[in-house]
Amino acid sequence: MKLKLKVWRQPDAHTPGRMVDYTAEAQPDMSFLEMLDVVNEGLILKQEEPIAFDHDCREGICGSCSMVINGRPHGPRDRTTTCQLHMRSFQDGDTVVVEPWRSSAFPIQKDLVCDRSSFDRIIASGGFISAPTGSAPDANALPIRKSDADRAFDAAACIGCGACVAACPNASAMLFVSAKISHLGKLPQGQPERYTRALSMVEQMDAEGFGSCTNHGECEAACPKGISVENIAQMNRDFLKASVSQRPEVASGGAG
Amino acid sequence: MKLDPRIPTGPLTEKWSHYREHVKLVSPGNKRKYKVLVVGSGLAGASAAASLGELGYQVESFCYQDSPRRAHSIAAQGGINAAKNYHNDGDSVFRLFYDTIKGGDFRAREANVYRLAQTSVHIIDQCVAQGVPFAREYGGLLDNRSFGGAQVSRTFYARGQTGQQLLIGAYQALERQIGLGTVKMFARHEMLELIVVDGVAKGIVVRDMVSGKIESHMADAVCLATGGYGNVFYLSTNAKGCNTTANWRAYKKGAAFANPCYTQIHPTCIPVSGDHQSKLTLMSESLRNDGRVWVPKRKEDCGKHPSEIPEADRDYYLERKYPSYGNLAPRDISSRSAKEVCDEGRGVGPTGLGVYLDFADSIRRLGKHKIQEKYGNLFEMYERITDENPYEVPMRIYPAVHYTMGGLWVDYELMSTVPGLFVLGEANFSDHGANRLGASALMQGLADGYFVLPYTIGNYLANVKPTDRPSADHTEAKKAEQAVQSRIEKLLSIKGKTTPAHFHRELGKIIWDYCGMARNEAGLKKALALVQDLKKRFWSDVCVPGKGESLNQALEHAGRVADFIELGELMCRDALQRTESCGGHFREEWQTSDGEAKRDDDRFCHVAAWEYQGESQDPLRHEEPLHFENVELATRSYK
Repeated sequence: MKLKLKVWRQPDAHTPGRMVDYTAEAQPDMSFLEMLDVVNEGLILKQEEPIAFDHDCREGICGSCSMVINGRPHGPRDRTTTCQLHMRSFQDGDTVVVEPWRSSAFPIQKDLVCDRSSFDRIIASGGFISAPTGSAPDANALPIRKSDADRAFDAAACIGCGACVAACPNASAMLFVSAKISHLGKLPQGQPERYTRALSMVEQMDAEGFGSCTNHGECEAACPKGISVENIAQMNRDFLKASVSQRPEVASGGAG
Repeated sequence: MKLDPRIPTGPLTEKWSHYREHVKLVSPGNKRKYKVLVVGSGLAGASAAASLGELGYQVESFCYQDSPRRAHSIAAQGGINAAKNYHNDGDSVFRLFYDTIKGGDFRAREANVYRLAQTSVHIIDQCVAQGVPFAREYGGLLDNRSFGGAQVSRTFYARGQTGQQLLIGAYQALERQIGLGTVKMFARHEMLELIVVDGVAKGIVVRDMVSGKIESHMADAVCLATGGYGNVFYLSTNAKGCNTTANWRAYKKGAAFANPCYTQIHPTCIPVSGDHQSKLTLMSESLRNDGRVWVPKRKEDCGKHPSEIPEADRDYYLERKYPSYGNLAPRDISSRSAKEVCDEGRGVGPTGLGVYLDFADSIRRLGKHKIQEKYGNLFEMYERITDENPYEVPMRIYPAVHYTMGGLWVDYELMSTVPGLFVLGEANFSDHGANRLGASALMQGLADGYFVLPYTIGNYLANVKPTDRPSADHTEAKKAEQAVQSRIEKLLSIKGKTTPAHFHRELGKIIWDYCGMARNEAGLKKALALVQDLKKRFWSDVCVPGKGESLNQALEHAGRVADFIELGELMCRDALQRTESCGGHFREEWQTSDGEAKRDDDRFCHVAAWEYQGESQDPLRHEEPLHFENVELATRSYK
C-alpha cells in the first residue's frame, strides 16, 4: 500500500517547525513505527536527517510513543499505542498527518519528540508510598480485598505516555495525576500519605502549566490503557477533603 | 588479571548474614560526602539509586530514555519468584536455590545464587509496601502461579504486567529521592565512556542526547545497571534502545566480560512476519501454565487449519519428551525442541517457523472468563499484532532472543575487575549460569539493587577517601571526552552508502544463524570471519546524517551498532572455545544420543572471562573455577 504522509518537522526547541510531505510504501502487517522506519531509511540514504520520534519497547508498555495521528493521539484504534497500531488500520492511498503531542507543559525538542519530564516531577512531588528499603513487614501481614487490589491495578496500568494531555482541549493532566492518586489511595499502604499526596501532586500539576479539567472526557477516549475518568472524581474528592482537613505540619513534630 | 570471586567463608546458608554482620560501614555523617553514579534506571538501577539515596549518598542516575520509568524491565510480563512457601507446596530457600542452579546447568556460583534465593522473600515484602498491586485471592492474600523449571508455585505476578508494576514501584521510590534531593536524575543521557584514574573507576562521560553536549561526571564509585545485549541479534524482545555500549566501554577499560556466549532464546514469542520487522514480541512463559504446545505429527498436515487436525494427529512434544515438567520445561529446552520440530518440517504458519500454543483445553476446563482474567492483556496484544483471536485459534509461537546470562564479570560484592565499578542486574553475569529460569530476572535485578549493592558498596567506599575524588578536568576525564568526541566525528564523517540499521540487521542475521540456538565449530569460525568483515565495512561505509550537537537518533544508533559488532565477535569466540553444551549454549558436536545437551564438567566447570588486549590483539580468556560444595553436579533432566 502507498500512503501520503504529512509530518511535523522541527529542528530543535527554538526553531519554528512545519509540516513536510513524504510518501511511504507499507505492508498491512507492519506497525506504524516500522512504516516510519522505512521512510527514515530512505532519508538517511539521501543524507537527510531522519524523522525523530520517541519509541522503545514497541510492545505498548513503556509509554514512549507520542504521536498524534490524523488528529488523534496514538491514531485511529481504541486502546492502542502507536507502536501497536498496524498499517492494516489504513487504506491504500490514505493521507496520514503525524504531529507531536502539543502542550506547553510538553515542549517539543525535535520533530515528534517532546519533553515529558513534567510528569516525573509530579510523581516526585508525592506519587509514591514512603517505604524505605528494608522497612517492610511480611507481604501477607496485611490482606487487601481483591476488589480493592484490582481497582488499584486498573489505575496503576497507566503508562505515563501523555496521550490524555494531548487529547484534552485544556491540556489537562488530571487523568494521569488521578490515576496515581487512585492507585495508591485504594491500598491500605497508601493511606498515611493519601491526603498530603493529593495536595502536593495537584499543586505540582498546576505549577507545570497543565490546564484544568472541564469534563470533556477526551482523555479516557484517547488513553491506550483505558484509564477511567472515575479516577478524576476520586482525586477531586481526596483533594477537596484534604484542602479542608489537612492542617499544616507541626514544626516541632517528632523532634527529640 | 586475577579473578577473585571473594566469596565469604563459612557454610552456604550463613555466608550472606555473616558478610552483612562483618562488612565495613560508612557512618551516616560521612555517606553524604560520597558520590555514586548509577547508569540505567530499570529494576536494578532504579532500586539501587533509590536505596543509595535513602542511605544518604549523593547519587546521580542516568538513563537514555526520556524518563526513568521507561526502562525495559517494564516489559517483563510473567512474574517474580520468591521462596515464600505461602502455598504450603514444599517450597524453601534451598529449593529456589537448587532450581536456579540446576536451571542454569550448573554454571553459576553457589554463593551468589543462594543469596539471591534468600533475598527473594524480602523483595516481595518491599514491593507490597510500596503499593505494587500483585494479584490476590479472594481472601486478600497474595496469589502465585507456576513457571518453567520448578515444581512449586512460587511466582508472584500482577496480571501480565509484573515488570511494569515492579518498575513503577522502584521508579516511584527513585522519584521520591529525586524530590528529596538525594538523587539527581539525568534522563536522555547516554554513557559513552568510563573514566578510570590509576586503575580505579572514577566517573563516566555522557552525551546529552538533546543538545549533544559531551560532559564528564566524576564519582567515588560507578554502578552499571545497563541491561543485557540481546539486541546484538537485531531482532529480539528487547526494547529498540537497549544496547551494550556502557558495558562495552567498561570492557575496553579493563572490566572482564564473562560468558558472552550464554544467551537465552525464549520459546514463546510471536513469529517473524516479514523483512520489515523491527522487533519481536514475547508471549509470557506463564501462558505455558494453561496452554499446550503442539505441532502436527505429519508434515502433510502443517498447512491445514488447526481445527481440522484431530487430537490423534497432534504431537504435544513437550509433554511427550518431558512428562514430569511437560509444557513447563525450562526455556532453553523448550526452544530447542521447537527448533527441532520445525527443522523436521513440522512447523506451522506461513513461514513454517512456528508451533501452536493452544488454550482450548484450559478454556473448556476453567471457562473463558478465568483465562481472560489471567492473560487478558497478552491475548489482546497477540490479536493486535497477528490479527488472530487466540480464544478461538491456537496462538502461533516461535523462539526469540530474550535475555543474556553473560555480562561483565563481578565478584560476590558485584564489583567488576575494575575497582570501584559495580555491575548489577542483567548487565552482570553472576546468577543465572548458562540458562535463566522464568521469573528470575526481576528477582535478580531487585535483589542486586535493593538488598545487595547497598551493603557491598559501603564495604568498598569505607576504604576510599571522598577528598580523593578527581575533578572533571582531570587528564583522564579529558582524554575520555576526547575519545568520545573523535568517535562521533568519525561516524559523521564517513558519509557512506549503508544505514546503521542495515548493518545491524546484517550482524543480527550472522549471530542468529551461527551463534543462536545451535552452534558448531565450522559455523562459528565462519561467523568470526563475517563479523570481522562487517566491522571493516561499517567503518568505511556507514551513513550518518546530521550533526553531533543536536538530537540525532541515527548517530545514537550507529554508535551502538559499532559496539554490537565487536561484542558479536567476542560471543562467537567464547562459543567456539566452550566445547561443551550447557544451558543456552548448545554445541551440536556435544549432545547425547537423544539430542540433549552434553556438559563437560571436567573441562568446563568454570566461568570464562575475557580481558581486552587492545585493537590489534585477540582478547585473553581467563577462567574462574566453579566449586559445588552443596549440590551435586547432576545431569540436568526434566524428563
